[in-house]
Amino acid sequence: MRRWQIWRRKHAHDPLVCQEFVELVTDYLEGALPEEERVRFEAHLAECDGCSGYLEDMRRLIGSLHEAPEPPPDPATREALLRAFRELRDT
Amino acid sequence: MESERALLERLRSGDEHAFEALVTRHDAALRRVARGFVRTDAAADDVVQETWLGVVKGLPAFEGRSSLRTWIFRILVNTARTRATRDARSLPFSSLESDTGPAVEPAAFGSDGRWSSAPPRLEADPETDLLSRELREHLLGAVEQLTPAQRAVITLRDLVGLPAVEVCELLDLTDANQRVLLHRARARVRAALLPLVEVSE
Repeated sequence: MRRWQIWRRKHAHDPLVCQEFVELVTDYLEGALPEEERVRFEAHLAECDGCSGYLEDMRRLIGSLHEAPEPPPDPATREALLRAFRELRDT
Repeated sequence: MESERALLERLRSGDEHAFEALVTRHDAALRRVARGFVRTDAAADDVVQETWLGVVKGLPAFEGRSSLRTWIFRILVNTARTRATRDARSLPFSSLESDTGPAVEPAAFGSDGRWSSAPPRLEADPETDLLSRELREHLLGAVEQLTPAQRAVITLRDLVGLPAVEVCELLDLTDANQRVLLHRARARVRAALLPLVEVSE
């Protein structure tokens, strides 16, 4: 078990700290945090500039991945696939 | 970007431009996910090529019960699995994960678990709610540096935009494991961008 997980178990009812917050960000964004943890997460979020900045950056990073333009296939590959498409279409 | 439904109609009517658009949209992502199953780039190329041919052949029978992209990635995964079984040098997807590190370097925190100083921010684009253009240019390069399993999950979730439940099914992952891989992948990508950010003191 990782050290922060041991720490987290011992302090499960204390206010959240930053090191714990960053490990819960994905579960939070996925809506996978149990209610009690979500409340602790949002309480910390409301009072910590460092962590609210971290979460905002992660949201932007995810949004930017959604928008990232993928490189097109090389021309030879594309031509071969289009040829296959035409052949099947025309049979 | 054109909707999948419109694209599908054009594909069915035999419009090769629609097929070209589909290939352009998904080819790189297919290749990245294929690399999670087979060891070499050449094997991944074969798998992707075979997948596209499977798509062409399967289109007339595709009933649209799943989204077009889900269907395409399912063909990819099946093709890649077959290839991995046949090819003695290939690795099964699940055995590839060894990264168990934290999302953020422990040195960023004090002994009380709080940031020892405000964490560096990723620069934002002033006009959109995205990262700055410069950071965006480095995103795919950062994705390339991930472990194969992380790369497959972040590609399907954040680049292709499939829902978690479909990614779990495709990659044969539990909900929790899918989230762990996604979490590490996103954290690694953030960490890879940090050297490009000026540290403000």
